[in-house]
Amino acid sequence: MFVELNELLNASPERPEQGKLTLLRDTKTDGSFLVHHFLSFYLKAGCKVCFVALLQSFSHYNIIAQKLGVSLTAAKERGQLVFLEGLKSCFDVFFGEEQHVGQTNPLQFVSKDGSNLKTMYEFVRTSLMASGSDSWKCPVLLVDDLSVLLSLGVRPVDVLDFIHYCRVAVCSQLKGNIVVLVHSNDDSEDEENELVVNSLCHQSNLILWAEGLATGFCKDVHGQLKIIQKGSSELKAEKNLLRIYQYKIQDKNVTFFARGMSAAVL
Amino acid sequence: MAALATGGATPSDGATSFQRKVPASSRLAAIAGTRPSVRHGQLLLSSGLPSLDCVLGGGLAVGTLLLIEEDKYGIYSNLLFKYFLAEGIVCGHNLFVASAKEDPADILKELPAPLFDDVHKNQVDEKETAIKSKQESQESMKIAWRYQNLPKMEVSPAASARFGHYYDVSKTVSPELLKSIKWHRFFLPEEMSLHPEIKTCNMTCGYTRLLQSIQRIIYQEGFDGSYPQKKQKNILRIGIQSLGSVLWGDDICCTDNPEDIFSLTKFLYVLRGLLRMSLSACIITVPAHLIQNKAIMERVTNLSDTVVGLESFIGSERETNPLYKDYQGLIHVHQIPRLNSLICDVSGTKDLAFRLKRKQFTIERLHLPPDLSDTVSRSSKQDLAESTKLLSSGCGAMAIGKKHLDF
Repeated sequence: MFVELNELLNASPERPEQGKLTLLRDTKTDGSFLVHHFLSFYLKAGCKVCFVALLQSFSHYNIIAQKLGVSLTAAKERGQLVFLEGLKSCFDVFFGEEQHVGQTNPLQFVSKDGSNLKTMYEFVRTSLMASGSDSWKCPVLLVDDLSVLLSLGVRPVDVLDFIHYCRVAVCSQLKGNIVVLVHSNDDSEDEENELVVNSLCHQSNLILWAEGLATGFCKDVHGQLKIIQKGSSELKAEKNLLRIYQYKIQDKNVTFFARGMSAAVL
Repeated sequence: MAALATGGATPSDGATSFQRKVPASSRLAAIAGTRPSVRHGQLLLSSGLPSLDCVLGGGLAVGTLLLIEEDKYGIYSNLLFKYFLAEGIVCGHNLFVASAKEDPADILKELPAPLFDDVHKNQVDEKETAIKSKQESQESMKIAWRYQNLPKMEVSPAASARFGHYYDVSKTVSPELLKSIKWHRFFLPEEMSLHPEIKTCNMTCGYTRLLQSIQRIIYQEGFDGSYPQKKQKNILRIGIQSLGSVLWGDDICCTDNPEDIFSLTKFLYVLRGLLRMSLSACIITVPAHLIQNKAIMERVTNLSDTVVGLESFIGSERETNPLYKDYQGLIHVHQIPRLNSLICDVSGTKDLAFRLKRKQFTIERLHLPPDLSDTVSRSSKQDLAESTKLLSSGCGAMAIGKKHLDF
């Protein structure tokens, strides 16, 4: 959890918002530091988190989360975190024995021709369903990252269906939050990806867009972050609030500052 | 990453009862040819080129994938591929060589011979003395003293470390050295003839077989920690040549609308899972210049850890350009992974060029030579301006106009 980012978003672990879809977007840089921020933020806030980690292993997230003050193994043990390690599940699907009807591997779609994400949705729903003994606050679904699903043969419309189903289940029924990471590029030729990203941009309440600097690589400023907050009420047609900050990533923290106000320059 | 069983510290000799608490990282470093990274304690391997290790932030992490985008004729990417395997031989790692066009045994026979310290010191090379004298003169720079503290990308061959070796491209590795290591092969034509057609997960047949072969080797030889009683751990270096080319049965290099655009990306995803759970590292060369659907290359880049692109000057107009007369091509580092950490060791320079000498493949910062021409001829200056415009700047395009400014 980066304290400065909490201040910028006016968020605090004591009172996390509910029913929101947050889109994390990165262009020409790596936006995964935002995923680590939200993971540790919601775990510290006491929410039940379902983390669909498609790209990296569990130990990677665990080591970084420990630097940010949260232990993922402890969270898993006390039932606060449900971790889906995509790489391992895919391995089981690919090299495991022939699956019987009714099996429940969330990445089952890799083996068949269909790009049906239904099993993954069922996994998310069952893991976030409130059981009687739980005392966690609102449930949270965290996905890192959605663009990988397109590389695995899922059609864009199925990805959007999956997000829609998750929004219905998590955001409106369970009053929880969803945080999703996607990659995008201005001059990208990956039209399917751009389709998914644009559609999610319209649906989300908050967009955090990490971009590489347009002027090139810089050692002191690693990129710029655009924070786009959608107008709270659609009826009043409020304008989106757009703020731009630049950031520098350090070992355990990320510092944010106004454009041109990097510590190296001042 | 690979979860290794790190038990309690045991004394090396039974004489003393004093047990020093050994941190886990030094236990892992007991594997030959590896060293722990300073930044995140991850085990690093040498890629075979000390200057490439420098660019990649110390080396290639165990459990990751190095993707090389081939240059137009595949000459230098093949060389990098061979350096990677040769480094495995010198360190005593196990090798897994997969190819669809060359028999892996032939590939191994043609690996460059390693240069060891004593051999090197005996041979008097002009370049060596030049480098040594440059080192001495660097100690007391009087005029260019500002450049004294600039980090050198190039590592002098005289200072050879146990991590990273130098190779003589004109000689091939000795058969005795080859016999001393254990290696596994995958040659697509012979695999296809052995077994009947199978197609699982809707992936191209060749990719499926390759994945199954890799998984079998990892499981049988215990690289995934399935034999904890085996004392001596070793690394498996996997090399896959020209993945995605037509010879693998994939048509992404032939047409703009290939029949199955997901085979290569699915392969890379499953391979990533395999690598993460075992003590291995993989190098893959991909003919990126032939893949017409650029969306595929973007997805491939996202699914790989380290991506390096090679651009050779052969056949291009830069071959005769006086700017580039010292170099054979450019190297673009497209991606470096952030493993177990929020940051990665990215080198500051983005304009890197490589130069191949008999005993050294160096990667250097691309310097523009000073413009010492007496006559201010418009044509030559325009040439220089065009060439500087073509230099990449990392992220984003450079805003340089066409006109060369004359003051």
